[in-house]
Amino acid sequence: MREVANANRKSAPGTSDSGQLAVAISGMNKWFGAFHVLRDIDLTVREGERIVICGPSGSGKSTLIRCINRLEEHQEGTILVQGIELSSDLKNIDRIRSDVGMCFQHFNLFPHLSIIENCTLAPIWVRKVPRSEAEETAMYFLEKVKIPEQALKYPGQLSGGQQQRVAIARSLCMRPKIMLFDEPTSALDPEMIKEVLDTMIELADDGMTMLCVTHEMGFARQVADRVIFMDEGQIVEENVPSEFFGNPQNDRTKLFLSQILGH
Amino acid sequence: MAHSAFVRDGLIAPKPPPMTEVGAIGWMRANLFSGWLNSILTLASVAGTVFVFYELLPWMFQSSWTANSVAECRAAIAGAHGDGVNGACWAVIRERYLQLLYGFYPANMYWRPNLTFVLMLVALSPILFPNLPRKMLWFSAVYPFLGYFLLWGGTIWLPISILLGFVVGYFLIALNSARMGLLFGVISGAAGTVIYWIYIASWFAQVAHDLIPIGLTEVESARFGGFMLSTIIGVTGISCSLPIGIMLALGRKSDLLIVKSICVGFIEFIRGVPLITLLFVASTLLNIFLPPGTNFDLILRVVIMVTLFASAYLAEVVRGGLAALPTGQFEAADSLGLDYWKSMRLIVLPQALKISIPGIVSTFIGLYKDTTLVSIIGLLDPVGLTTSIRADSAWNGIVWELYAFVAAVFFVFCFSMSRYSMHLERRLQTDHN
Ligand SMILES: Nc1ncnc2c1ncn2[C@@H]1O[C@H](COP(=O)(O)OP(=O)(O)OP(=O)(O)O)[C@@H](O)[C@H]1O
Ligand SMILES: [Mg+2]
Repeated sequence: MREVANANRKSAPGTSDSGQLAVAISGMNKWFGAFHVLRDIDLTVREGERIVICGPSGSGKSTLIRCINRLEEHQEGTILVQGIELSSDLKNIDRIRSDVGMCFQHFNLFPHLSIIENCTLAPIWVRKVPRSEAEETAMYFLEKVKIPEQALKYPGQLSGGQQQRVAIARSLCMRPKIMLFDEPTSALDPEMIKEVLDTMIELADDGMTMLCVTHEMGFARQVADRVIFMDEGQIVEENVPSEFFGNPQNDRTKLFLSQILGH
Repeated sequence: MAHSAFVRDGLIAPKPPPMTEVGAIGWMRANLFSGWLNSILTLASVAGTVFVFYELLPWMFQSSWTANSVAECRAAIAGAHGDGVNGACWAVIRERYLQLLYGFYPANMYWRPNLTFVLMLVALSPILFPNLPRKMLWFSAVYPFLGYFLLWGGTIWLPISILLGFVVGYFLIALNSARMGLLFGVISGAAGTVIYWIYIASWFAQVAHDLIPIGLTEVESARFGGFMLSTIIGVTGISCSLPIGIMLALGRKSDLLIVKSICVGFIEFIRGVPLITLLFVASTLLNIFLPPGTNFDLILRVVIMVTLFASAYLAEVVRGGLAALPTGQFEAADSLGLDYWKSMRLIVLPQALKISIPGIVSTFIGLYKDTTLVSIIGLLDPVGLTTSIRADSAWNGIVWELYAFVAAVFFVFCFSMSRYSMHLERRLQTDHN
């Protein structure tokens, strides 16, 4: 098995060399109106690290990773991505977004564009890559997710698993430094889950920095450097997978794990 | 239990379906006589159609094309088809169709509107059919100025000089945004263009014309009329109202409070006021607000009002399309680092407009038909012209023939728009083909 990254639990933000940090969140709070969704979040992710976030529904997992590319705005605390602080500065936001790929539960492919156009759009318009080069890159990544033969089809003609793999390829075409996954397999049938997870495992083996919200505990065991358990907007427990699954400390974690692994 | 087991050891070959399910008989059974209610409706519609044609066809065909007045016409029909036959007097169309098409445009210059119309089709084709060469779009961009020159005449230097305004703006943007940032560049470019248009353009046209006089005989707006006028107002209104409507719809969904309030206020005001009121404002009140002596063409004023009116409706149609788009599309565009305008142009609008095609085309068709309202403020649209033709003593008493002709021409235009929109919907369909 992979060598587990040395424990860096609760590494205080700002103390470590920021060149090494992909994401540094400290003292972050977020409210939806009066509802306090994220409370005092401290989290650092080093480059190449793979983090799995789990927790009960409504605990704020999606909101947390959506804050990292500013799909949601946080109200307190700081978020540094690749050393750039997320503030209301639109330039910074666009810069961070083009370096951070994201995969959604419902794929969100662009239905009016063919698969290859989905993959080349952002490189051409954001990165200003010439079309032919963008298409080459797109084919490279479509081959990597094992569906090059679908390049000229439209998203509506693909199965869910294929669509999610296209979504991953689309993000990869921007050559992101960090990938965010928000329950990428939870809208899929069991046999499609495997093809998407295989793609993600391959991505992890290539050394991509990944933050995945997922309930696929097998994936967490195999790939994650750290597992984070969230409840009611807080990080309740954070540990290397072997410890997290073998020896959970918090009662809520134990309850959650018994529910999710119990059947 | 064990005896109920069953294993098939050969597959059943497909058999042809029974006669009653396929072919003409099957189709009629399924579509026309599927139940007693459907059968009654079928028979009633057939009877109704037969009755209408039985009454209408003799009127249409036992007609006169050659007479020079109503009385001659009646006599000719009575002579040819017997006394008491009620036939159409198409002669009025033969005699007056040029007027219905061109209004009082000088007859020796009909080639100008004709050429403008043909060039309009050329200019529209690359916009309507994307498989045509993209270079043709340059012609589409220049066409409005060319069309203006051909129709109204005057010196060619005026439209050229106005076109030059865009060149001025372009150079200002290119120069200043390189030195002082994009925002300043755009502002200076827009301001420079407007200043050029107001203070320099007409002077430049004058000077150029004195040097090299090229031009066509001027035709005043008062002589424009008929379908030519409807088409000028309709086509200009349609092509200007779509971009304005889209901007209003985006503005209404914007986070910027001021932009949003202006858009909402504009849309609600325009939608709350009848078009006729706006046309009256255009024809009378606007003169009061404009500085005395400004000669602001009536057709131009009407085009502006019609455009504003249609764009308010279009804004709401497009907003419906924007609302129908899943938020995931906006988020995916954001997450790829596309900025607001790029995500609107590449992701959001193509899909929202596709959803709104039926509503947009309905608005266009409505706009085109509403151009007949300009007769109220004294412009000679086709319907207004029928009134003046009927006032002529030779054709006094003619009603249906004129209206039938006007209706038929409008139908051709509106029906083509409708067919085009259906073609567009099919072409843009990407879900399962
Ligand atoms: N836009 C919003 N406005 C108001 N409340 C919201 C919004 N988005 C999420 N919430 C609330 O914030 C809480 C956290 O939501 P979030 O989507 O982050 O949960 P989650 O952990 O991802 O849950 P799930 O496993 O169901 O996806 C939930 O209670 C949800 O109702
Ligand atoms: Mg979620």
